[in-house]
Amino acid sequence: MKAHAEALPTQEMLINMGPQHPSTHGVLRVILRTDGEVVVNARPDMGYLHRALEKIGERVTYAQFMPFTDRLDYLASMNCNAAWAWTVEKLAGIEVPERAEYIRVIVCELNRISSHLIAFGSFTADMGAFTPFLYAIRERERVNDLFEDICGNRLTYNYVRIGGVSADLPDRFLEKTKEFLDYFEPKIPEYNNLISYNKIFVHRLANVAAISGGEAVAYGLTGPNLRGSGVSFDLRRNEPYSVYPKLDFDVCVGTGERGTVGDCFDRYMVRINEMRESVKILRQAIAQTPDGPVMAKVPRVFKPPAGEVYFRAENPRGETGIYLISDGTVNPYRLKIRAPSFVTMNIFEKVTKGLMIADIVAVIGSFDIILPEIDR
Amino acid sequence: MMESLAISLVHAVPALSGVPLWTLTLLVMVVVAAVVLTFALLYAGLATYVERKVAGDIQARIGPNRVGPVGLLQFLADGIKLLLKEDIIPAQADRFLFALAPYLVFIGSFAAFVVIPFGVGLIASDLNIGVYYVMAISSLVVVGVMLAGWSSNNKWALLGGMRAAAQIVSYEVPVGMAILPAVLIAGSLSLQDIVRSQAGFLGIFGWNLFHNPFTFASFFLYYTAALAETNRTPFDIPEAESELVSGYHVEYSGIRFAFFFLAEYGDMFVVSALATACFLGGWHVPFLSVEALPASWGNLFSLGVFLGKTLGLVLLMMWVRWTLPRLRVDQLMRMAWKYLVPLTFFNLLGVSLWLLLFRGKGIPAMIASLFG
Amino acid sequence: MEPKAIFEAVKAKFGDAVVELQEEGFRPAFLVVSPESVREVSLFLRDDPAMKFDSLMCLSGVDYKDRFAVVYHLYSLTIGHQIGVKAYLPREAPSLPSVDGVWPAANFQEREAYDLYGIVFEGSWDLRRILLPEDWEGHPLRKDYKYPEFYHGIKV
Repeated sequence: MKAHAEALPTQEMLINMGPQHPSTHGVLRVILRTDGEVVVNARPDMGYLHRALEKIGERVTYAQFMPFTDRLDYLASMNCNAAWAWTVEKLAGIEVPERAEYIRVIVCELNRISSHLIAFGSFTADMGAFTPFLYAIRERERVNDLFEDICGNRLTYNYVRIGGVSADLPDRFLEKTKEFLDYFEPKIPEYNNLISYNKIFVHRLANVAAISGGEAVAYGLTGPNLRGSGVSFDLRRNEPYSVYPKLDFDVCVGTGERGTVGDCFDRYMVRINEMRESVKILRQAIAQTPDGPVMAKVPRVFKPPAGEVYFRAENPRGETGIYLISDGTVNPYRLKIRAPSFVTMNIFEKVTKGLMIADIVAVIGSFDIILPEIDR
Repeated sequence: MMESLAISLVHAVPALSGVPLWTLTLLVMVVVAAVVLTFALLYAGLATYVERKVAGDIQARIGPNRVGPVGLLQFLADGIKLLLKEDIIPAQADRFLFALAPYLVFIGSFAAFVVIPFGVGLIASDLNIGVYYVMAISSLVVVGVMLAGWSSNNKWALLGGMRAAAQIVSYEVPVGMAILPAVLIAGSLSLQDIVRSQAGFLGIFGWNLFHNPFTFASFFLYYTAALAETNRTPFDIPEAESELVSGYHVEYSGIRFAFFFLAEYGDMFVVSALATACFLGGWHVPFLSVEALPASWGNLFSLGVFLGKTLGLVLLMMWVRWTLPRLRVDQLMRMAWKYLVPLTFFNLLGVSLWLLLFRGKGIPAMIASLFG
Repeated sequence: MEPKAIFEAVKAKFGDAVVELQEEGFRPAFLVVSPESVREVSLFLRDDPAMKFDSLMCLSGVDYKDRFAVVYHLYSLTIGHQIGVKAYLPREAPSLPSVDGVWPAANFQEREAYDLYGIVFEGSWDLRRILLPEDWEGHPLRKDYKYPEFYHGIKV
């Protein structure tokens, strides 16, 4: 077939999977060169959402930067907030009260569930099954209600503060969270029955864009993408921070159950299983949350000591790293955000060679990228 | 048939006897065509409403419920909106072909309504090549889709058009071969004959579905292949909204887009009607002999039964759409050529052998003859 | 391995290319190396069995007011230790060898450093602007960056 194709003169098509596209998860432009339906080269073109957050960070104070971290990965706002807070606290050596740490972990894990729900929903919607997206949104509405209780916002929370959290939990919050967990846990096997093991779905994803463990590490994949390739590495287990050492959970790893290890299906299943693990973590955290203050004593005019620190947190999309250089003044000197989706896109061009156009959509969805993080 | 209608019209209204017969026949034809078209358009409009309600039900939400009682007039609101939209033709597009394509698709879909046996004696035109005519006229859709894809001057539309052409043409083969068993059993291509051949046996066991195991399989094969013909999920790659941004009708807006949209629902009805007529006994009512009823009652009853069966199949299509994900293009092609074509072919052979061996008697007939 | 031990091992292999160890107030500690030796040091750090730094966590450009720097944060998944590598560059024509042959993860981050600081990575297989438009002038994250008045005739 290939030899025959080489004998005929064919022309490659240059298609723009433009910034506005239903399945590029944001304003991502992919420049496709295709030979009919088969992709010869797919180059991502980013920067449509560049808001110069790092430059802004050099002009605002540490506390003022918190709302900007919300907009880094707006589906995992709490996680980004907390990552910034932990970074600054590591730099300045602030000791956070234990209740605040537990609250942070609770909201981070709730946000992980809601982020993975969106990843699951939009991924299946891209594959053509429109219904699971609405079920995921329905579940996510309940998480949004919990967050609205806590901080008043449904999307960009700005709840975590440097030194703790901005306000204590409202009445009955822990009971309501527990009710949500009881409601949500049986939904995961329901989703698996509905779509995860559907023959058409599996056929679309199995053996597509398989990434080996070594490749994944070399290309900087982190989080569910790395674990989907069979590498059992989770920052919450290997480099624990906050109160994660006191919580017990399993690390979900891709096993190649329907194809090769590290294909799109594995990455998808890792996210589904991670939701289950988050439920486990949440139950323990709810049981273990102590009483006490929720904010440490942080001076109003906050001047951390000069120095450089690098902190990384396990966000739903991977490892969010913040490299912070302080020169002793109220503003950060240099603030570099290592966004997981940005580094994940490194492997995009390599892994999409020889795939079909429909598979490009599957790959983008399985990487679970989000553009504000890529573009900052 | 139109002639006989015209003649009976002259008998009923003596004042018309001065008018030449051909004028009356023409008039009758136009009226019948208008009736069929009105029905088809009304059905298509209501089908969009039902689809949205079914989608809402499956997705744990309500669906349209503002316009009219339980949102019933939603399709009228949508229709008016589409009519009032600005007519945009892309700058570099081929204007004539761009304008022609929706009409071809519309005609290809709605012209098939003419041979559908709605009831006892309720058929617009009982062509003696009924099945052949339906297959042929639905292929006009391919031409329309390809024109739409090409003339839009848009690479995504072109891709969608190419995919659609490949898909529809590939699935014509299994559709044709899956429908042939019904033709073989009836011995005629006319749809009314096919329906009449399924009479008897309590009105339900005469259906071709129960005739022999091969026709039983044929029904499902036909339904699947026809689902691909109509570009419905899981075979809706040509218009895959999330991949190709609507595929071949991405540049169409307003009433031109409405034509594509309505044609899709029209196609669904035609395919389901064909399945009903050929496999599910058409307008035969279970446990009742429709032909024995007085003329107008018989017509009404059989019409209701036929519509019930057909719309049930249409509902099934909608159900499948909101449940299953989409097949990829190469998987779709593989399914057509590697699975459906051999299966339908062997099915056809099986039916032919059966008819030869058992002299055209089906299983219910054999069981009945056992009991004398 | 402790940063001091890593520093000793690297200094033993590369001698003068390794300038100093920044430890106090730096978490993780930094090995300051000369720009030309960045590639060799990286290869050593990745492949040496005692080091095994197989993961480049973060690559950033920094503008210290008198000079630039490229900062690498490395991590070993197998052994579990972290280290930083820093290379100082002069403000005029900053350039150093690219490490995207060592860790492919470096490519986009190097493009970002080039885009926002103007640091040229020699030998990179693809060095283009990544976040800003192709025809943007200037490198925004520099401390002496002047915001442009017009872009393509539009007042910015």
